[in-house]
Amino acid sequence: MMKFIHKTASPPYFYQLSGRWIPWLAGITVLLLLAGLYGGLIVAPTDYQQGESYRIIFIHVPAAWMSLFVYIAMAVAGAIGLIWRIKLAESVAVCSAPIGAGFTLLALITGSMWGKPMWGAWWVWDARLTSELLLLFLYFGVMSLYAAIADKRVASRAVALLALVGVVNIPVIHYSVEWWNTLHQGPTIAKFDKPSIDLRMLIPLLIMATAFKFYYVWALLLRVRVELLERERNTQWVKLLLKQLKG
Amino acid sequence: MSEFFHMGGYALYVWLSYAVAAVILIANIVIPKLQHKRMLKTLTKKMLRAEQLK
Amino acid sequence: MTPARKKRIFLIVLMVAGVSIATGFALKAFNENLMFFFSVTDTVKGKAPATKDFRLGGMVVNGSVKRDAGSLAVSFQLTDNAEVISVYYDGILPDLFREGQGIISKGKLRSDGVFVADEVLAKHDENYMPPEVADSMKVKK
Repeated sequence: MMKFIHKTASPPYFYQLSGRWIPWLAGITVLLLLAGLYGGLIVAPTDYQQGESYRIIFIHVPAAWMSLFVYIAMAVAGAIGLIWRIKLAESVAVCSAPIGAGFTLLALITGSMWGKPMWGAWWVWDARLTSELLLLFLYFGVMSLYAAIADKRVASRAVALLALVGVVNIPVIHYSVEWWNTLHQGPTIAKFDKPSIDLRMLIPLLIMATAFKFYYVWALLLRVRVELLERERNTQWVKLLLKQLKG
Repeated sequence: MSEFFHMGGYALYVWLSYAVAAVILIANIVIPKLQHKRMLKTLTKKMLRAEQLK
Repeated sequence: MTPARKKRIFLIVLMVAGVSIATGFALKAFNENLMFFFSVTDTVKGKAPATKDFRLGGMVVNGSVKRDAGSLAVSFQLTDNAEVISVYYDGILPDLFREGQGIISKGKLRSDGVFVADEVLAKHDENYMPPEVADSMKVKK
């Protein structure tokens, strides 16, 4: 088992493997996005309370879920890098940050676009919105800390520690709407017993969420490949690769 | 069709949200692709220079 | 697993636990400040600040909304199904403002017990369904 992990996680092998995965990930992501958009914008009915404005949900909620998911993935990869010193895990942690920041920014902006017509405010400092903004700054912190340290192996360790400290914010974001009075409403999907959303709305929402997951892996592999090339620039496999490319 | 784009009066908010999503999602694909290309180019250049020095 | 790795795992767990406990205490200490609004009952009981601005949240009482014909001024009552407070507001209401809707208003309590708001935000629920379904659910109730 450990042998298999070490083989797959070795930079030359992973670089080659991920190159083969990327077209498939891209294709699946685009197909899922098209299906989700069709379901969300055309099939899903109008909401009884919010009219058509609720259609922002198909971007906002998957983006918000991913902002948490990517953070957890980043922290776990960071911890694996810290403990086992696996280069690939370090790269995965670092490369997750800009993607997670993108999802967080998207959740905040779409939330604002939704809040203005429905709540009557672009922004309020309630616990949910504030903790999500803190998440954005944690991502920015990880990105700038990594950029600030020249030795990338040292930088990876520093970044992993920061990511792990920030993990405490994740349950705060998730439970903020239950622990405190907030303007933001409670979760819709968390209640498995009786979903409080119409099936024709729920299905495109879940398709979009799946599309965002595949998108994350796609975008992550693209970044990890660049990171691996940069870190391994002086190794034999990179030189071989360059010679092959030159033809 | 125009009713679809009108979004019950919320067109600005809904379409702007989808536009922002498109910009962010595409940026996070295009940027690493460009970086990858640039990285291969600079590394190749460096390798050639090193070979000439030999 | 090598001792070095065991030690690293231990240190990481220790760090995350430490940060979590510290955050937990901090949040507990600032609990009051993290509440976005006061409920109607809290306000009637005098838990809300008497001199400062604060936010009041509740449901708009059915049939209580009175609009001024000549201006944007509106008065209505808020309830949390236990107590009731009258609210006066002069400004633009959000699209979701209606009777039976949860709202949050920011303002001051006047000496006569009327809450004078300078901002009204609508709080919507987490349910999403088409109007037909919502109507049929109302009938069932």
